[in-house]
Formats: sequence, structure tokens, C-alpha cells
Amino acid sequence: MLDQEIIGKLKTILGSDYVSDAAEELFIYSRDQGVQDPHMPDCVVMPGSAPEVQEIIRLAMQKKIPVVPMGGGLLLSGLTVPLKGGIVLDMKRMNRIIEINERSHYAVVEAGTSQGMLDAYLRKHHPGLKHSLPDAPPSATIAGNIAIHGSGHLSQSEGGFHSEMVTGLEVVLPTGELVKFGSCSTVPAWFSRAPLPDLVGLFLGWNGTTGVITKVGIKLYPRPSLHDVMVFMTEDIDLAPMIISRIINTEVAEDINYALAPKPDYLNGFQMTVINVTANSEAEIKMKKQIIRDALHDFYETKEAGFMPVPPNMKAGFLEAPQKALSKFADVRKGGGFEYVGAIMPIEKIPEACRAGMEITARNRITYSLGARIIGRGHCAMFFFAYPFNRVDREEVERVKKALEDTNKTALQLGGIPWKAEVQGQQLILKQMEPETYRVMKKIRDVLDPAGIMNPGNWEVG
Amino acid sequence: MMEKGLVDILHRCFRCGWCKLPTNYHDINCPAYLRYRFESFSAGGRMWLIKAWLDGEIKTSERLAQVLFSCATCMNCVEACAIPHIKDHLVDIFIAARQDMVETGIIPPSVRDYFKAMNTNGNPYKMPRADRKKWAEGLNIPAYTGQEYLLYIGDEASYDDLGIKMSRSIAHLLNEAGISFGALFEDEQGDGNEVHALGELGLFAELAHQNISDWNRRGIRKIITISPHAYHAIKNEYVKHGSTFDVYHYTQVIGTAILQLPKRREYPSRVTYHDPCYLGRWNRVYLQPRSILNSIKGLTLVEMDRSMQNSLCCGGGGGNSFTDILGTGPDLAGRSRVREALSTGAKIIAVACPQCYRMLDDAVKAENAQEQIRVMEITEIMNLALP
Amino acid sequence: MHELIFNTKLCENCKTLDCIMKCQYIEMDLDEAGREHAKILRGEESRILKDCVTCYACEEYCPSRNHPFYLIVERQEQLGIHPVPKPIEKSQVIMMGPRGKIKQKELKAPVIDMCFFDIMKGGIRGKLFEGATTIGGSDVFCNLMFLHFARNSTIRERLPLIMDNIMKYYLEPAGVKEIICYHDECYGTYTSWAPAFGIDVPFRPVHLFDYIYHKLIDLKPDIKPLNVKAAYQRPCSNRLCPETDHFVDDIFNLIGVERPKRTYEYKNALCCGGIPEAAQRFDLVEEIQRKNVEDMKSTGAQYGVFNCPFCFWTLAEPVAKAGMIPIMMSDLCLMALGQ
Repeated sequence: MLDQEIIGKLKTILGSDYVSDAAEELFIYSRDQGVQDPHMPDCVVMPGSAPEVQEIIRLAMQKKIPVVPMGGGLLLSGLTVPLKGGIVLDMKRMNRIIEINERSHYAVVEAGTSQGMLDAYLRKHHPGLKHSLPDAPPSATIAGNIAIHGSGHLSQSEGGFHSEMVTGLEVVLPTGELVKFGSCSTVPAWFSRAPLPDLVGLFLGWNGTTGVITKVGIKLYPRPSLHDVMVFMTEDIDLAPMIISRIINTEVAEDINYALAPKPDYLNGFQMTVINVTANSEAEIKMKKQIIRDALHDFYETKEAGFMPVPPNMKAGFLEAPQKALSKFADVRKGGGFEYVGAIMPIEKIPEACRAGMEITARNRITYSLGARIIGRGHCAMFFFAYPFNRVDREEVERVKKALEDTNKTALQLGGIPWKAEVQGQQLILKQMEPETYRVMKKIRDVLDPAGIMNPGNWEVG
Repeated sequence: MMEKGLVDILHRCFRCGWCKLPTNYHDINCPAYLRYRFESFSAGGRMWLIKAWLDGEIKTSERLAQVLFSCATCMNCVEACAIPHIKDHLVDIFIAARQDMVETGIIPPSVRDYFKAMNTNGNPYKMPRADRKKWAEGLNIPAYTGQEYLLYIGDEASYDDLGIKMSRSIAHLLNEAGISFGALFEDEQGDGNEVHALGELGLFAELAHQNISDWNRRGIRKIITISPHAYHAIKNEYVKHGSTFDVYHYTQVIGTAILQLPKRREYPSRVTYHDPCYLGRWNRVYLQPRSILNSIKGLTLVEMDRSMQNSLCCGGGGGNSFTDILGTGPDLAGRSRVREALSTGAKIIAVACPQCYRMLDDAVKAENAQEQIRVMEITEIMNLALP
Repeated sequence: MHELIFNTKLCENCKTLDCIMKCQYIEMDLDEAGREHAKILRGEESRILKDCVTCYACEEYCPSRNHPFYLIVERQEQLGIHPVPKPIEKSQVIMMGPRGKIKQKELKAPVIDMCFFDIMKGGIRGKLFEGATTIGGSDVFCNLMFLHFARNSTIRERLPLIMDNIMKYYLEPAGVKEIICYHDECYGTYTSWAPAFGIDVPFRPVHLFDYIYHKLIDLKPDIKPLNVKAAYQRPCSNRLCPETDHFVDDIFNLIGVERPKRTYEYKNALCCGGIPEAAQRFDLVEEIQRKNVEDMKSTGAQYGVFNCPFCFWTLAEPVAKAGMIPIMMSDLCLMALGQ
């Protein structure tokens, strides 16, 4: 528990409305939607500006109070749960859209800006542009998502992980300095990280252990006026890498997702490759679809696989971004929850990952949804092993926890790396990481965060 | 105690946060979350806290009461929720939790005051019942004696000065349109919608029964309400207490009668319409108020980013216009709404609800925007446009 | 069990081979048609079995009503020809199968059988369907769609159970003897396919248009003629019950809809393209949809009218993009009734 003097100081910085150590806030911020154990914060604060973040961090550093930055709080793997207590920094009041550069195709937003609000803003004010939306709910934040190496609707066609789409950052360091990285550090515009020494990576994938992101520059892309979806259905898991590669190589698929699940029963045993195509004219979309069909011609000619006719209501679901259906997955067990291991892995490992996922879920007596989003024109896949659970069924929650542990191990064995892994998963990764790499990580962290206040417990050898 | 059917679905909320935004994601659309910003004040946070409270993981407290009573029952969460089997029940759960909280006796003072006023005075303004006739002073409004419709005025439009402006304007226009109606004046009493929304279901049942039996005794079959809140209560809640009235919001009757009105002159203006939650999301009446406005020559109707099913509440719903749990500050829903209206370039915010009228009129002042924009009720604009 | 009742002799002696010569999708001269036809009769492979778009039209073209299409489907199945890719076929067989999840409900006549399309029951409303009750879903689904998948066997296996469900759970308890078939497919099942396979139907099927027509006669004073032009998309399953096709004109006359003459209607109707799409014949889909919609448009039609929900889902968008309003027949009638 923090003494009231510190709470008082925080209230002086932020105003009393945005500091709480009430039981209600401590309860909610002590857990996320996944299966990780809760850990109580000592207080929750909501800064409204970068200088306020600086003041909070300085106070925390001085008093050696842990600080956990949080965006949408939708990670499911507990990365914003304060393992060692302290202050949870809910960034969502900082949600201003600062700049849209139409010509150089980037946006600058405050860290708490939600995916949904940026999308709506672009649709209204810059209808020709879009950013890559993850399939997280629209309340997920831009900064949170880039910080965890998120991926989304343009990850296949437009350059990979969302962290790769970052053009610049403004960060409050664990010692309180406000620092810019990328072109914005040198000139007014936020157009790129090159040609400067690239320090942006110091804050991406670090689970909030190196600083608090307060502003992000991200790339924007054209938003074609037409959007359609094709669904290729197969029955042979081993075909996946070849089919996916063929589609990637057409260079006309905006987004490619692969999925299999035991429910509904009529899809059990089949796999769907969902291909999104966008265009600016009917002729263009027709041509693109034709190119994709041609690429898979020999599969459907033999009638061993084929494009599924997609009725309008199903199509509307596929075209939705972000997809509400993914949140609905939490209700599969009528229990308000799911968690997943999202493993970044080579595309050729997809069949093995599918089989492993089915085996793990059978062994742990749980159900699943498995699949992959293709990243960066076929350089890897984000393979998800998603397991729904009923949160009031403690026994099922334990089985899901066990399945997650098994899955993390399996993903690493397959040559993949668990994404936004919970603490136990991070430790598995570190165990397998080359020691020199980890030593450098630790050195950097010690330099940046000498007081060790930033999200302690994360990226630490257990 | 919260009914089992609701308790049994509490844990099915994933707290995924769709409930914070409208379905077009334009901006935060939950008044309580907009004002407080803690996850605990979003619909999902409230669901988890209610479950924790019922499970004994957190105690009854003033903060919890604030979380529960800050909900404006605006239905944005119901509209936006991603989980089909719980979404329709979110607001029912919040009201049921308030009812449980009322039973513990730990409720915010302003909520207690509201109940007390309703109990002792029959209205939240603590005004004498005899004053319910004052709204019609100087107008030739007949008492109800078997006309086609009862014009039900309600508390706000009987006592609040803006509400009175509204009831006078509506009654005037109904007269112009040749609608056969009468009012009850001092024989009227509150409909109880906010009593219900605040969780005092016993008092609500009493009010409903009294009204139903009084109206039945008078042979009333068809009712026009001024307030969407009364419309909702009589149309959807009173039926659970045995009522069978045909209920209309005044915009529905006027919308239909509009073709019979005398030829209107032009009223050049740029207007944006604010959907009341109890007319819009609760009852899906979106088009009639707009068609009334569109019937005025020279009036340009511009939509806000958040309109119709995505509309932002004025912040007054769920009893908040009386209990003020949402307090003050730039993040009040009403003030956010006024800024949104200003961004459309509209000079008038058209309203169709006395609570929205009051909340938004206050918000225009708080935003210091009286020079740029004003709030007017739909029929006030219509009456200006009459020859 | 339940073999196709097919008169081979009659077919062998046919001189005109209308079933092939009138086909809009397979071109061949009479000589080739004769050879291919003989192969089919002998149970051998024929390019007809592979090229057939399964539009059911030959059922109507055959002057003897000798069920050439049902024979094609039999032969396709016997020879292991899969018009649609196997995973899609298998998935559909599971998706559309009876679930044994019938919830009893109170029914009274008229009982509208929604086929699989319970989702469309919002259309059963207004004066046209006053007092009507509906049944629908997988447990009462006729399964005739599996004609498109070379699976007479699936229909054969499921239809007796389906009819039993309809009788036992719905019609018998309600004392109702007839069902109004919302979809041509059900009506075709009970009046054509079932008799062709020697299966008795225990209730009286009524075509939706038959019902609507007579209802409109009763409601004549309420009809406000629409005074619009419309084109009609005749569904494949109406080929199994061509005797009901006249109701389209009869209904249009009653509700004041002009049906300008066009190329692809009546016997010359074109497939909506939905099934060829499932069969991965994308060029054909494009061609027939283009021809069909251009033809509709060229008549000056303001509405594209449908009865089959599947045709509607397939063609509504192209029809709308061409500037016409896609609409279900029952909704068009409701419009004429001011609803």
C-alpha cells in the first residue's frame, strides 16, 4: 500500500479525479481477461499529458514504486497486471490525434488513442487513408499494440508487424526524461526512423520495461474503395504452406488468414484460408480475384479443395474490421473468456502447429480455435492457439493454464516464439535465448531504468 | 435480490471494451466512462464489479455506489456489446444491481433525496401537485374528458422552465394540427421512469399501478407523452403491470399529422438533431423527429458523427439529470455533445426530450457557447416556421 | 430402396433429345447428343455428367417428364463425379443435416414451410400472411439442394425422416393437412422428386405463389396497383413444378406490375450463378450473371423479383448495382397492399 502522502502527491499532479486507490479500481486493474493470477496495484492513475507522465515517473523513481503502463488492457496474458504492485498508468486519457500527413502517409497520435477512434477519424477526414487495424476490439490502443509487436489487416501486404510501421516515438524514460526517436527527433516531421541510428526498437516488445510511450508516429496506407473476401476451403492440413505461398506470391492479397476450429460442426475437419482483396474499381477487384483463383486452379480442378461461396451475412462478418466475431469467441464456453498463445513462426510450420494444437487441447480436455495471420508478404505467420474457457469453472481455467504452458513449449520446439507471452512464457523464451543476447537486454534495461521501477517481473530470468 | 437469470450471465462479460465506443467508433460513447475514464466505470468494468460484489470479493462502498449510479442507462453498451447472449441484459443488470444497492441502504445522498422527493411530493422538484397545471397558463388546453388522446406531460415538462416551454409548444402544435387531446393537469403524477432506472422498483410499481388505474378509470386508451422517458415507461414497463394503452411519443403523432398542418413558411437554419436515448436506442424511433425537421423549408439538417443508434447520451439518463452523479467537468456527456454539435456548424441543437433539453442547455452555457449555438425543441422550431 | 422410376425405353426411343438439345449450357449437335445420351443410359461416363450446371431445366424440357436430370444425378453419384469440391460438399452435408432439435410449437393453418431458411421468416408478415405460422430449419429441410452435389442418396436417406418430422411434430398435433412451401425447392421435392423415387408424401404441398395469388384475390379491395416494371428470376427448382410458373404473371397482374418481355425467362430462364460458383466455374458465373442482369435491365425493369432466397443472395448485389431494386415476391405483394 502506498502511503497517503504519495497518493496526495499524485493527486496534486493529476487532480483527484484521475488518481484512485479505491478497492473498485484496484480490483479491476489487478487482472485482465485471461487466466493469469491477479496482482493488486497500489493505485491507478490516468495522466492527461506527457509532462504529467514525467512527474509521475520521477516521483515513482524517487520512491522506487513500480510503474506499469497500460493501454487498452486487452492483452489477456497479464502484461499490464502489476506483478509487484505499484502504480498502474492507464494511458487512455491521452487520446488526441495530433497530425495526419496525407502526402507522406503517416499519423501522429497520443499513446492512449484507440484503434477505433483513429479508424473513424481517418474515415471521416481522410477517407483515402487507413492504418493497419488489429483484430483486437476497437478500444485497443495504437501505442499498446505497436509496443507488443501487434499485427493486423495490413500486416500481410504492407510491411509486417505494426511495430514495423512505426515512424517515430515520444517516450518518457524511466528516469523521467521526455525523448523523441525517429525523424521527429531532428526535424518537425514524423516520416521515418531512417536514416538515424534506430533506437525505436528499445521500446517495442519490451513489455513496458524501458519507458512509457506517450506519442506514436505510424504509417498510413491507401484505403481502396472496394473490399471483397474469398474463402478457400481445404481438408488437408499439409496443403496450407503451399496454398498460402501461392496466394502471397500473387501480390494482390491484402490480408491472408488461415483458420480451423471444431465448431461449428460443419467446419470441423476443414480449414479455411480467408483472403481479403481490395481495389479501386470493379475491374481491378475482378482481376485480382481472377489472379488468386488462377494461382489455386490445380487445387480446385481436382475438387480436393475449392472456393466456398460466401453468403452475404457471412461475408459481412469477414469484411468487418476489427472482427467482432473474435470477441464473441470468448462466449464459446458461455464463460466470458479465452486466452491464446500467438506464436510467431515460419509459414512451413503451420501444419505441425495445427496438429500440436489439436493434440494439446485433446490432452487438456479443452476446445480450441487455431489459425494464422500471414505477416509481411510471407516472411512469417502469427499462429494462434486460442482456448476459450468459462471463468467460473476454476477447473477448466486450470486446464487452459496448463494448455498454455504446453503450447508455449511446443511453439518454441517448433521453431516459433510466443508473442506477448505471459511471465512464464517469457521465462521459457529467455531460457532458450542466447545468453549474450539476454545480457545485452539486461544491460540496456539497467541503463535506462536504474531504479528498476518499470513493469518489474517482465523479461526477467525467473 | 438480482434474479438468477441475470446473476447467471454476469461472468460471461469478457470486458473486451466494445461497450465504450459507438458502433462507428467515433469517440467514447458511454457517459460514465467518458466522465471517469477508469475501467471500473465502463459497462464491462461495472459487470465485473457487480459480480465481485455479489461474490463478496468487494464490499459495499460509496465508490461502488458511484460506479453503479453513474450509469446513464443510455443503452450504448447494449448496442455495441460483442457477446450476443448478454448484451440485451446489460442495463437490466445495472438496474437490478442498483435495486440491490438500494436495499443495502448505501446510496449516494442525491439518489436518496430523489427518492424522498418522489415519495413525499410525487415529483423530484419538491413542488406542490397543484402547480402541475401552471405549464398551460394562458393556453387553451382542454382537460381530458374522453378525447382521442391523453397528453401526458410528466414531471420535467410540468415544473422545469425549459420543460414547460416544451409542453406549451407541443400542445400548441397539436392544437394547430387538429389532434383531439386533453391533459390531466393537477390530476397527473410522475410516470416513475427514473425511479425505475435508479432501482426503486417498489415505488415504481406503486406509481405505475396508480397511473394505470387512474387512466383506466377515465377511459383513456391512447396516450401521447412529452418525454421519451415517460414514453418508455408507459409503453414497455407499465405493460408488465397490466397496462394496455397505445402509447406515442409526440414526434410520432406530429410526424404523422404533419401533412395536415397549414402551409409552413421557411425557416432557414442549420440544425443538428440529438437523439434521446429513450426514444432512439430504447425504442428505435429515429426517423420521425428527423422527418418533422426535414419538412421545414430552408432548414438544413446536419448529422453529428454519433447519431441514431450511435448517439451520445446528454448525460441525464438513468436519473442523472436529477442525481448529478456524473458531476461536472469538460468530459460530461452533455458538454462533449455540445462540442460535437458545434463541429457540424449547426446553429441549433434540436431536442425531443425535456431532460436532454435541460442537460444540453446547461452544457451550452458550461462550454460558453451561447453565441454559437442554442438548444431548441423540435416543435419550437416548427412553431417558428408556422405562418 | 426408393429407386428412381425411370422409363429407359421411352428415353431410348426419344428422337428429339430435348433434354440435351435445349440445354443452355452444353452445346452439341443431335448426333453427339445421341451418343452421350446413350452413354448415360448405359451408366458410362459422359461429358454431360461433368459439364452439367445442375440447373434442373431438362426436367422441364423432357416432353415425357421422364426425369432426365434425376438420372444425371444418379449417374454422377454412381461414377463418383463431384460437381462441387469435396470439402465444400462434405461440409454442406453436415451443415444441412437434421439435428433432431425440434421444438414443438403451436401451429395453425396456414402453415408456411420456410425450408432451411428460418432466417427469412421476417418476410411472413402483414395482411398477406395474417394468422400464418411457420416451420423451418434443418429438421424440416427437404435436402433437395443435394441434387447440385450429385447426392440423390442424401435426399433419399433424409426425406422420409424429414416428412415424418413435419407430420409428427407439427401437422398432426395441429390437425393441419397442408403446408405452404415457401421455397420452390420443397414444393418440387414433394410434387416431383418424391414421386419419381416412389416416396409417398403424407401431406398436401401448396406452392407459395398459389397461396399468395388466392390471398390477393381475397384482399383485392386493399390492393393499390404498383404501376412498376419488374423482371422475374425463375429459380432452378421451379423446373420441377413448371405448372406453377403462371402464378408469376397472375400475381403481377393483380398487383399492377408490368413484366416486359425478356430473353431469359419462362423456359429460357438462366441460373442465378450460385451453384456454378460452388462448382468453381467462375467464368460461367460471370457470363450468365452478366447476361441475366443486362437482360433484366434492358427491359426497363425497376425491380428484380425473386422467390428463391439463394437466388436473392446471389443476384441481389449485381441487380442493385445495375440500378434495379432486388425484392422477394412476397415483399412486392406487401408493398401493393400498402405494407
